[in-house]
Formats: sequence, structure tokens, C-alpha cells
Amino acid sequence: MDALTIPPVDLGLIAPLLVVVTWATGLLLVDTFFIPVGRKKLTGYLAIAGLVVAGLVGLPLWGVSGSTFGGMVRLDPFALTLTWVFLLIGILSITMSLDYLPRQDIEQGEYYPLIMFAVSGMILLAQGADLIVLFLGIETLSITLYILTGFAYPRLTSEEAAMKYLVLGAFAAGFFVYGIALIFGATGSTRLSEIGAYAADRDLGDTNLTLLLGGAAMVLIAFSFKAALAPFHMWIPDVYQGSPTPVAAFMSVGTKGGALAALVRLLFEALPTLNAYWLPVLAGLTALTMVVGNLGAIAQMDVKRMLAYSSIGHAGYVMLGVMVAGEQRGPEAFIFYILVYALSNLGAFAVLIALEHQGEEAWQLDDFAGLYQRQPLLAVAMAIFMFSLAGVPPTAGFMAKFYALTAAWEGGLPWLALVGVLTSAIAAFFYLRVIIRMFMTEPEGEPAPELNRGLTIDIVVAAAGTIIIGLIPAPIFALVERSAVALGG
Amino acid sequence: MVPTSYYVLLSAILFTIGVLGVLLRRNAIVIFMAVELMLNAANLALVAFARERLGVEAQVIVFFVITVAAAEVAVGLALLVAIFRTKRTADVDEVSTLKG
Repeated sequence: MDALTIPPVDLGLIAPLLVVVTWATGLLLVDTFFIPVGRKKLTGYLAIAGLVVAGLVGLPLWGVSGSTFGGMVRLDPFALTLTWVFLLIGILSITMSLDYLPRQDIEQGEYYPLIMFAVSGMILLAQGADLIVLFLGIETLSITLYILTGFAYPRLTSEEAAMKYLVLGAFAAGFFVYGIALIFGATGSTRLSEIGAYAADRDLGDTNLTLLLGGAAMVLIAFSFKAALAPFHMWIPDVYQGSPTPVAAFMSVGTKGGALAALVRLLFEALPTLNAYWLPVLAGLTALTMVVGNLGAIAQMDVKRMLAYSSIGHAGYVMLGVMVAGEQRGPEAFIFYILVYALSNLGAFAVLIALEHQGEEAWQLDDFAGLYQRQPLLAVAMAIFMFSLAGVPPTAGFMAKFYALTAAWEGGLPWLALVGVLTSAIAAFFYLRVIIRMFMTEPEGEPAPELNRGLTIDIVVAAAGTIIIGLIPAPIFALVERSAVALGG
Repeated sequence: MVPTSYYVLLSAILFTIGVLGVLLRRNAIVIFMAVELMLNAANLALVAFARERLGVEAQVIVFFVITVAAAEVAVGLALLVAIFRTKRTADVDEVSTLKG
């Protein structure tokens, strides 16, 4: 056996990640020793500051491409843009938690550093170029999310949601590790590029091909669990319903973004030559995901569960971009969709939080009745988010769906694009139903509590972003185009 | 020397037992044990392949997997204690207030 040599390390390439992790670790200590109980909002502000600093640290890295830690971690514009999107998701989620936690009596300082650790897991997934790093990234994200899901203990629904999530997440992790073992057995490496080179260069032979395919299948199962592709989606509605609403919001966009970013790299660096094997399988899963998510949402009278099913449907649309990521348009569509979905979905969840009374749930469709007469601004914002999620112009959701469907069409999957169009038409029904309730029926029950500052900022930012990206998408298009160039395959 | 395929076969059997355990057993602690079995089956396959290919890489992965598994189980057991305090049961079927 050769001696273990320590490869040269360039910490500059992981600067944003490093800032998030060190800041979160420091914040845990600061929170314990210096911030008094009852003033934990301060921890939240410090966490937001940390995420902003991490974003700023990333600015000089724009255009830099390189890998470090012996090729295990990669920085390129694709990873950097996703890093910024993930930091934005983190910031918006923390902002909407600031007032939610004390209102629900579950305010504890470690909540905010936990969100930061989850964001660091997502960044690691975007930067990982080795199966071990991807495993660590996905587990950092998942384990923090198990804790966050159960954060509302002793509320039984929250505990139950966390337990369900944990059991299925650990199950998926088992598949992931076994998949890594088989892939290593076939190729002798866990580095994505080396696996790709090995698979492309030589005739694999029956045994190794079987091992590699088996391993790849298991890893794909694990990713499907994390990103909630049907038929591995059944945990989603329960977990979203039971977890604290800001956590559900964070989870819906965070796990999708992180897991699918890693999947893009895995498919196009390690397995491009096996395209003939995985493309039909993933295309089938994607079609099924879009159908199951959107049909499932129709039956839901509970808006939080409806959003959970809708998030399954949206995972399908994101997958349209992922599967054709070998083409230029694929990764572009992927980044654009994640950004737009993050804004619209976090906004919609923020409106849900605004309607929640203390310790009470106000997620039924009826709770939205006549919202326009009581809180016109909130109703208009919710309408914008619903239009965007349904993909109605001129909102950003329309541009995103258009982008993803075009990418699939041009990438040689026209039938899948067609399924996407049809399911979007179905989806319009349940999104518009919420809007009709808000604008065309009389109010029932007690009025919702006063809006507070954090939520207002969140809703305004998300709504403005959704509209502005819908009206003037050109700058964002330019950004994602330049982010996707370096990927190439 | 025992051929690598024997180890891989054994690990596949252990992995299957783990999967069946998660799917069939209803006690949360047994489910955690089944998950551990899955992870350790993968570890066995990793070290077997590492020996065949004379690389340390896969052996290092095993340490990462052990660490992650420990973290996961720590969170899982904490949750189980929390649920047991509220509900007095470790049976996952009895904890089902969420419909779905």
C-alpha cells in the first residue's frame, strides 16, 4: 500500500463554505454564553450577518475555476451561483423564523446556527466532486434537518414528522453508502471525474459493469429520496405538515437544490457514458413525479399539505433541467428554476406563517376565505406566489417553467416536456382555488394576527423578486448562462 | 486468502436483512439497528474492495460512515426519548397523528 500523502489545500476555493461553518460554530458558543434567554433574536440577526458575509466573500471568486483537497472539492461558476442562491434561501428562512419562534414558544438559540449548518451542507453538495464529499454534504444537510423538523417538541406532530423523516433519511443513507461501495468496487475510485474517465476509457467487462450499474442505481435511489422524486416521495406531506412552518419552507427548496445540484455533477461527470441506462429510468421517475405531485395536490384541503405536494411536482420540473445538463441549457434551467422556486415558495410559506395564530394551525383553505377584505396586501402577495408556482405570466414562475420545458424539448425529451405542460395545466386548478377563496368569498373566523417586520420584509422581497424576474429576466438569464458555461460535461 | 466476492456476497446478504428490517419491523429501536446493519454491510463491502484494490481511500470512507452513523443514531435516540415522554411508546405504528 502506498503511503498517505496530504494533498495541497487551497482554502480560498471554499471560502464561503468556511465562513458559514466557522461562523455557525462560533455563534453556537456566543449564543450559549453571551445572549440571554428571551433575546435570542439577536442570534438570528448574527446568523443572517454570517450568511451575508459568506456571500460577500464569494464575490471575488466569480470566474475562478479550480479544485482542491486532491480534487474532492470543486469551485466553478455553477457552484458559486448555487452557493449564493442557497445563502439567499438561508437568509429568507431565518428572517421568517425571527417572529415565528417566539410566537410558537419554541424559541431557542441553536435554531439559527442549525440553519447555517444546513446551508453549509447544501454548499458542500454544490461543490463536491467526490462521492465521499457528497455523502458528507447530504448527511450534514439531513441530520440538521431532522433536528429542525423536531424542533417544536413536545408537540407530537413535530416529533412524529422528525421520526418519519429520520427513518427514511437513514434508510436512504444506507443505499447511498452501499452504492458508493459498489461504485468503488467497480472503478477503484470515488472521485467523480476518475469514475467518468474509467467508465469511458476501457471496456468495463461484465462484472464491473454490473457493479457500477448497481452502485449507480443505489445512489440514484438515495438522491430520489432526498429530492422527493416519486415513488420515493411518500414522506414529504407528513414531514412538511408536522415540522415548524419555516423549516418546511427551508426544506422544500433546500434539499431539492442541494441534492439535485449534486445529482447534476454525478450524472455528467461520473456517469455520462452510462447515459443509455439512467436516462430512461430518470425520465420515467420525472414524469411520474410531475403527475403524482400535481394530482395529489388537488385532493388537499390543507394549504400546507397542498404546498408539500406541489413541491413534489416542482421537483419534477427541476429534474427536466437536471436530465439534460449535458447540454448548455440544462444547468441554466436548473439554476434559474431553483432561484425562482425558492422565492415563490418561501414567499407562500411566509404568508402561511403570517396567518398562524399562536399554537394554532390556520392552513385550511377556509382560513384563506376573504383574506383580500381583511389584509389586502397579504392576499395580493399570496396571489403573486400562487400565480408564480402555477406558471402564469408575467411572474417569474412562467419564465422558469418555460426555460425548463425548452431545455427538455431541445435536449431530446419532447414527450417529457409535453407531460410537463399537461401537469402544469392540472396544477393551475389548485393554485387558482386558493386565489378564488381569497378574493371571491366572504371572510370567516377570527382575523389573522398583525403582520410583523421580519415576515413583511420576507414577503415583500419574495413578491418583488418574483415579479421583477418575471418582467425583466434578462440579467438573471445572463448570470445563469455564465454560470453554466464551465460545466459542459 | 478468501476471495473478495465472498465478502461482497455476505455484505449483500447483510444489507438485504437490514432493508427488510427497516421495512418490516415496527419498533423504532429495531429499525435503527436495521439501518446500522445496512451501513455496516456497506462498510464490509468497502474494506473488502479496498483490500482487493490495495487503496486506502475506501478504508477512510468507512471512518466517515461510522462517524455519520453515530451522529444519526444520536439524533434518532434523542427523538425517540422525546416521543416516548409524550406518547409512552416506541412503536412507529402508534405514532401516526399525521394522515398520509
